[in-house]
Amino acid sequence: MRMPSLLRRTSKPKTLAASNGANSGYGDQQIRNRLKLAMSAFGIVYLVIAGRLMLLATMTPDAPVHYLDPGEQVSHARPDILDRAGNVLATDINVPSVYAEPNKIYDVDEAIEDITSVFPDLDSNDLRKKLRSGKQFVWLKREITPSEKAELHSLGIAGVGFLEENKRAYPAGAITSHVLGYVNIDNQGIAGFEKHLDDGWLGALHSAGLARNEALEPVRLSLDLRAQHAMRDELLNSMDKFKAKAAAGAVMDVHTGELLALVSLPDFDPERPVDAQDPERINRMTTGVFELGSAFKAFTTAMALDTGRIGISSTFDARKPIRVGGNTIGDYHAENRIMTVEDIYIHSSNIGTARMALAVGVPGHKDFLRKLGFFDRMTTELPESGAPIVPDPWREVSTMTIAFGHGMSIAPIQAVAAGAALINGGHLIPPTFMPRSEEAAQALSKQVIRPDTSDKMRYLMRLNVAKGTAKQADVPGYHVGGKTGTAEKVVNGRYSGKKVLTTFLSTFPTTDPKYLVFVMLDEPQGIKETHGYRTSGWNVAPTARNIIARVAPILGVVPDMEPADPNELLSVSY
Amino acid sequence: MFTRTDERLIARWWWTVDRVLLGAILALILGGLVLSLAASPPVAQRLGLDYFHFVKRHAIFVVPAIALMIGVSMMAPRQIRRSALAVFLIGIVLMVMTLWIGPEVKGARRWISIAGFALQPSEFVKPAFVVIVAWAFSERMKRPDMPGNLVAILILITFVGLLVPQPDFGQTMLAVLVWGALFFAAGMSWLWIVMLGGLGVGGIVAAYSFVPHVRERIDRFFDPASGDTYQIDTAIESFVRGGWLGRGPGEGTVKQSLPDSHTDFIFAVTAEEFGIIVCLILVAAFAFIVLRGLTRALNESDPFLKLAITGLIVLFGLQSVINMAVNLQLMPAKGMTLPFVSYGGSSILSLAYAMGMVLGLTRRRPQTEPVLYDLASPGRSTAGARPA
Repeated sequence: MRMPSLLRRTSKPKTLAASNGANSGYGDQQIRNRLKLAMSAFGIVYLVIAGRLMLLATMTPDAPVHYLDPGEQVSHARPDILDRAGNVLATDINVPSVYAEPNKIYDVDEAIEDITSVFPDLDSNDLRKKLRSGKQFVWLKREITPSEKAELHSLGIAGVGFLEENKRAYPAGAITSHVLGYVNIDNQGIAGFEKHLDDGWLGALHSAGLARNEALEPVRLSLDLRAQHAMRDELLNSMDKFKAKAAAGAVMDVHTGELLALVSLPDFDPERPVDAQDPERINRMTTGVFELGSAFKAFTTAMALDTGRIGISSTFDARKPIRVGGNTIGDYHAENRIMTVEDIYIHSSNIGTARMALAVGVPGHKDFLRKLGFFDRMTTELPESGAPIVPDPWREVSTMTIAFGHGMSIAPIQAVAAGAALINGGHLIPPTFMPRSEEAAQALSKQVIRPDTSDKMRYLMRLNVAKGTAKQADVPGYHVGGKTGTAEKVVNGRYSGKKVLTTFLSTFPTTDPKYLVFVMLDEPQGIKETHGYRTSGWNVAPTARNIIARVAPILGVVPDMEPADPNELLSVSY
Repeated sequence: MFTRTDERLIARWWWTVDRVLLGAILALILGGLVLSLAASPPVAQRLGLDYFHFVKRHAIFVVPAIALMIGVSMMAPRQIRRSALAVFLIGIVLMVMTLWIGPEVKGARRWISIAGFALQPSEFVKPAFVVIVAWAFSERMKRPDMPGNLVAILILITFVGLLVPQPDFGQTMLAVLVWGALFFAAGMSWLWIVMLGGLGVGGIVAAYSFVPHVRERIDRFFDPASGDTYQIDTAIESFVRGGWLGRGPGEGTVKQSLPDSHTDFIFAVTAEEFGIIVCLILVAAFAFIVLRGLTRALNESDPFLKLAITGLIVLFGLQSVINMAVNLQLMPAKGMTLPFVSYGGSSILSLAYAMGMVLGLTRRRPQTEPVLYDLASPGRSTAGARPA
């Protein structure tokens, strides 16, 4: 049979070097070479494996994952959270949870009958599966009531037991919901300040297996529960009155950056966290980003004044709308004249403000906004934060529109921090939910405008309330100053003209600024009382008035009833 | 223990066997038992078995395994060859039977129940297959008129033909690789080696194109983001967590979440509990056995002995290398047991059988007649030249 050459092939004719009978022929030598090759190959592979092992040995492991044993899954203890006055905002309460040890249950059917007699909502098929699983530990129901416990206990089912667990309770309920966040069933913080605790020392403590039942040192916040409640109450009223779909607001100490109140509506019950998943219930102060409208003119004006080239009485031509690339920039309260900076501010002239920004120039405008932190995400203790939306590329028209608050979206908390800098002497201080001293705030602060620019801004703010668009915000004795903003909302990529977002950035007292108050209403409607207007002067300004009237006495700001003439006051502050 | 003049079989065995190699293998077997103590309890617990279920079974298998190894190593090369042929034939019959009567476990029909033990016939066929192929190649070297290559190819086709339908790609790959190694060692020209290498690459490409789970694993290896690499990531984590000295016996936690911690990923469990240094010792043990075995093969004069030892050692070495490389994410995930260390009755017995043959074939024996190449002398009878 002829075979293919592979199967028939012989090695080259061998010569027998058979000296003394050894068989070191050519074929043998070849095998020896091949075997040596195989040996080196194996040697190299084993060395590679050894090398890889040594490499892994020198790596540092990631944060250790803590695997709970069954039965060890008892909720962790958490510290109480207090407001600045010591009122309890969040605390742990002990509740029983019922578990079973399936391998100790003799009669599964009888046990199921007993258990469902106390908990008719438990599915018996589910229970049967759990109890037949042969596991050492299964939860039957977490967080039951003491009377349920007593009832089940009296049935005396072998293999069923109770564990005391920590359950988080929020005495203030929804009032502080967006700040505190919430926890999961294992009492681990998964949102808001609660998550901040877990991301920090508390999480480390828990993963080390500590802090089961120990009493932990309470954590104090900068919030004032009374101010928080007053603000939420007023915002709820306004939301209802102006049929807005959402509202938000904050009160911040302008010298320390401490937030005294921060409210975002709609909010949720922190003991029913499932509600918090609704996208309408995001924290609009820190997570939502918005075009804030004319309130931005405060920043533009401060920038212009801070150059030193433009003064309060410098004039800009606001006679005609500006046409840029098919768009027209016009004024809502059109004056159609040459206006001073002061006029532009209190009449909220888009044309004038755009010209002011152009006088500074595009690079100067960008640098100033970057200095205020509007280009970066602002982080506070709350893990939720929204990144600003900055136009790219930034054209001249961007500068013109951003000058009056359209074309750039930032989180309101950023406007709060920057707004405080405009009136506190020019110090940009990162906002915080934790108590902070003025010294600590100074160390963290960054000078963004000159102190005299800040004085002028206070004057303009007060003037705007005394004479301008924000007249309805005045609270006698508290020298309120502020800037209103009405932003047209973008709907399907176009400015709708129908839906607006109104904002009010205010401070009091302008004679010696202590607090910044920010108020925002999302899609307020015109009502009879406002003569159909839905601009900010008609809704957020009076809302801010109500808030300040309630909050100022709570925060211990003494009203100054003399002198009554606002103009005289202005000269004091400026 | 025994005097040099003792003429009993056991004494002769003791003085002729490679005692260093024997010692290394025994150390590995006992070490494997210790490591199994660490790796298998969580798996047993997960399956709802007694905590030490797998440890006990491992220990139960170790005793007959050692006995089998020593028993086989007492055989003469010719007996080894004959018995390998017998094991191969019986194993092939059993493999055919598994396709019909074997229970399906995790989508594969590999096991057959004999006397209450789930046996994996392919495990036992594997070492026998190596010896038979070595025999075929060596016959062709000794007597070029023998169709050794054809026989070797037919044996490979038979074996692989029964592995693929199970399906068992790990064993298939191993069989083909060892066959290729023997083909290479038997001195085939580079041209043929390149051609067969090309065929092998073609096979991998074909498997990649037509077998979804092979494609998935290879894709995941090159692009971890493309799919779930949970097992491999967990394995790597356990090496890193172990560090040089390990977290101590019983202190490992990663094993809780590795599904095959007692078989395919025992190396990773070892690292976490006993440390990288112990892993390095394990690597050194495997390297020592492989290099020692190949050195012995190098010094043998008979082509059959050379090839058979080489094949068995390569089989052992490849398994260890593939298992460790997969654990260390040096190659795509492929289920492969770590010889003598991983749990698996059939695997341990099969390895004991294979290493018993290596020990038997490497025993020092009085030089018989010189083996003459290419001398077609009909009727010549040298040890190992004629099939039994």
